[in-house]
Formats: sequence, structure tokens, C-alpha cells
Amino acid sequence: MTTTRGTELGTLTIGAWTARPRIGTTDIDPYSRATITRNGELPIGTGDGIAFTARADDKKKPLDGRCDVVVSGVTPAARFWTLTLYDNKGRLVANSLQRYGFTSEEIVRGADGGFEIHIASRARAGNWLPTGGIERYSLMFRLYDTPVGVATRTKRDAPMPQIATVGCP
Amino acid sequence: MIRILFTIIAGVLLGGVVHLVSVLALPRIATQDAYSRLTPITKLNAVTQIPPADPGNTLMPYLDPALAVAVCRYDLSTGPIKLSVPVSQAYTSVSFYTRNELAYYAINDRSAGKKVIELDLMTEAQHNALPEDEDITAADRLIIDSPSTTGLIVLKALAPEPGLMAQAQTSLANSSCQVQVEQPTAKQAEVPLPAPPPAPRGRR
Repeated sequence: MTTTRGTELGTLTIGAWTARPRIGTTDIDPYSRATITRNGELPIGTGDGIAFTARADDKKKPLDGRCDVVVSGVTPAARFWTLTLYDNKGRLVANSLQRYGFTSEEIVRGADGGFEIHIASRARAGNWLPTGGIERYSLMFRLYDTPVGVATRTKRDAPMPQIATVGCP
Repeated sequence: MIRILFTIIAGVLLGGVVHLVSVLALPRIATQDAYSRLTPITKLNAVTQIPPADPGNTLMPYLDPALAVAVCRYDLSTGPIKLSVPVSQAYTSVSFYTRNELAYYAINDRSAGKKVIELDLMTEAQHNALPEDEDITAADRLIIDSPSTTGLIVLKALAPEPGLMAQAQTSLANSSCQVQVEQPTAKQAEVPLPAPPPAPRGRR
């Protein structure tokens, strides 16, 4: 169980987001190593970036593909970031737009530079990330070329975007 | 009573031992790890493009669909590897993993500070066997020590939007990863090695 779900060892939690900064170093904990080899993943190396995962919104409500979820706010310093939606097995979710995520370069921003990503099963105006209506999904927020890493402790060092469920059918 | 207590303690201890052994052994016995998954589709000591992340692609979980990815599966037993990756327009990075997916080094285009990321990958023994003068002239070339003889080098290039994916892939296609062709010089280095034994001592 610990190898499929992971543990709380060496984690960095900011809002709804969790990262394991040591996963991309040789100081990785044995549980994360076992998880990675078992699932066939390749962790992001520390010199490359860091990955944050969210499985629930800010109020700890699990992310539901049938609901409307909004990711908005500020992001930590990084050359660029990507936001990707996965099913519970880490696969992308098929949709007619072939839209599986956004990068900071392509996102539509408001006049103040802020952004809102609407995650929903039906089309939404602006930055729409389709869920395909699946029950449970996870979001991965990756920062590349960033000072966020092993030394990061608090929200002040890494202000992460908010996740809010705004409506369920 | 004491017998039941003893049984419980023994059970807990045994469980703990099994737990520890399985967690620590898993990286070595896993058959579906990233290296095993990549082995059938990649060439040894050459750059292979990985098909882009897509719902039908179950090669590896949690791939970033915004990045073009290429892999060089390496084996250093025949000699050090020369890696050359031209920097793409957006972002390029090179990450190194041991045979058991331990991320031991990663560098991006900005920290490399050049138009082409050029690296020499070798085992510690091969690094120590380098002729000394070569080490000095190597000031501008980056030498990475691999903790394992085999492993993976993962090259990534950003496609800032989906339409630029082809461009990112083309950029990676121009990179190379091969065993160093200076085999004659390597042999020369091997022959005089027994003669000057102080050399390694001086360097260490």
C-alpha cells in the first residue's frame, strides 16, 4: 500500500499541493524509491524542476471530474510551469480537444496578469481543461528551472495557486 | 499469557522485517520500472525519441505532455559517453538516472550557458583513468560521474503550446549520445598506466 500511495516522508505541502523535493536527488527516501520503480516513473531531477500533486481542492474535497473546479492565483518563481490532469493511474484523459494541460506560456491571463483555469467536463470560456467526466482525477503542477526545492519550507517561498470546487451537478 | 505476548511480539517483528526488506529490495527487483519499460523501444548508447504523452500511450505514468522527450539508454562498459544536446528555443534539460531510476544529476540550458549542452559521462574509474593533461584541457567540458555502469539520460525540450511540439522534437532529434570514438587514445592511456603509478595518487 505504501508503494502505490506514497507516504508523508519528506513532503512539502502548500495549500492543496504536495511535493517531495528529495525525489529528484540521491537523498530520495526508500519509500519514494519503491513507489517510483514499482510504477515505472522517472522523477524530475532537481536541476530540472519540481512536481506538485493535488488530489483534492483547498477544502479537502476530492477532485471530481463531474464538478466545476477553478485553479487560480499566483505561482512560484520559475522559468515556466505546466499544469496537467491525470486519472488515478497517471494516464492522460482522452478528450476531443486533445487538451491535457496548460503551460504558463499559452495560458490566457487577465489584465492584472492573473489566470483562471476552469476544469470541467463541459466546455468553459477561457482556459478550459476537460475532465472527460471521470470521477476522480489528480492535477500535477510542475515548475521548471525554479528555486523551489529541497530548501523550500513555507507558502511564502512558494505561493501555489488555489483550487476551488465551484459547483457540482 | 506470556506465550501469547511472545507470539504477538514475534509477529510484529517479523512483519517489520518483511516490510523493510520488501521496501528496500523493490527498486532492485521491480520488473516494470522505467528502465525495463524503455528497454524494448530504445537503442543502447543512442538517442531515441519517446512517443509523445497521450491517453493511449501507457509507456510510463505521469509524463508531461508539454515536453518532447528523448532517451539515451547508456552502458559505459565499453567506454565513456559523449552527449551533445542543442538547446531548443524554449527550454531544454538533461537528466541522468541510474539503472534503478535514481536521479543523480540534471542540468538545463540556462545553467549550461551554451547553445549546445555538451557533457562527458563516465564511471568513476574511467574518470580516474583520464590522462592528467586531458583533465586540464577539459576545463570547459563538463564531466559527469555515473554511479552505475548502465542507466538513462533523459532529454527534454519544452513545447510552449501543442503546435510547437514538432519543433521541440526536431531540436532533440539533433542531439547525439555515443561512446567516445577516441578508442585509440583510450588504448594509449591504458598502456602507460602501469608505468607512472604516482599519477593517480597525485590527483587524489
